[in-house]
Amino acid sequence: MTGAGEVALLDRLRAGDEQAFVALVRQHHPAMVRLASVYVPNRDVAEEVVQEAWLGVVRGIEKFEGRSSLKTWLYRIVVNRARSAGVRERRETPADLSGPGEQAERFGSDGGWVDPPVPWTDHVDDRLTAVSLVDRVRHCLDRLPDVQRQVVTLRDIDGLTPGETCTVLGITEANQRVLLHRGRARLRGFLDVEMREG
Amino acid sequence: MRLFRRRRGLVCRQAVALVTDYLDGALSRADHDRFEAHIADCPHCRTYLEQIRTTIALAGQVRPDDLDPQAQDELIALYRQWRAG
Repeated sequence: MTGAGEVALLDRLRAGDEQAFVALVRQHHPAMVRLASVYVPNRDVAEEVVQEAWLGVVRGIEKFEGRSSLKTWLYRIVVNRARSAGVRERRETPADLSGPGEQAERFGSDGGWVDPPVPWTDHVDDRLTAVSLVDRVRHCLDRLPDVQRQVVTLRDIDGLTPGETCTVLGITEANQRVLLHRGRARLRGFLDVEMREG
Repeated sequence: MRLFRRRRGLVCRQAVALVTDYLDGALSRADHDRFEAHIADCPHCRTYLEQIRTTIALAGQVRPDDLDPQAQDELIALYRQWRAG
């Protein structure tokens, strides 16, 4: 559902208030570009896609009924534009990135760990707040297969609910969960290497 | 056989497979309880769950790039054009 502040902003946008448009752009444009980037080859194309999406927003504002959150509606428009613009050459994805969350060989025939995770205890709290570690996560995200990256980005960075994520990407709840599970497991694996190399 | 094992509780491989559903509150009551019972007993899976939580927290700190002033100007120009049209 759309919040009260958003409703007021949208009313102003409907009335043709340029400042309302600027406020929306400031708030949502960077995340929209990031979302578009998943579908198109480079940043310039992503900016173009999102420009078109904003035109779609101002043209379609009368049709927005506030049944979904504003963010979900905006993102849905971006994904639709990006897909139709997207004669995108698929990003090269190494085969080993497409597998399950945790590799089967980490578990024995009894289902217990053969290769258990090693705790990240040393300085992890200091490192958690380190800008460099957040940068590493951003970098690791780029190494995820596209669909996993989309889902992890929407859920864990943009903070969408499972239902909103399904609406934006047009996927089922079950798929959403599998992709999120694999994406997070893969990210954890990348971070594990970072923590050990610390 | 599988039923028997489930009744006894989860093995690590099963617990790890349920982590995302657990964090989303999407498990049935019975599976939720089995998951928590396993986590309470298994330090390795506890470590794994903790690391997934840390991963999510770190991802939550990633911010999109700042809005490029030029991009903003272009959008405002586009908006004015649309209003005028």
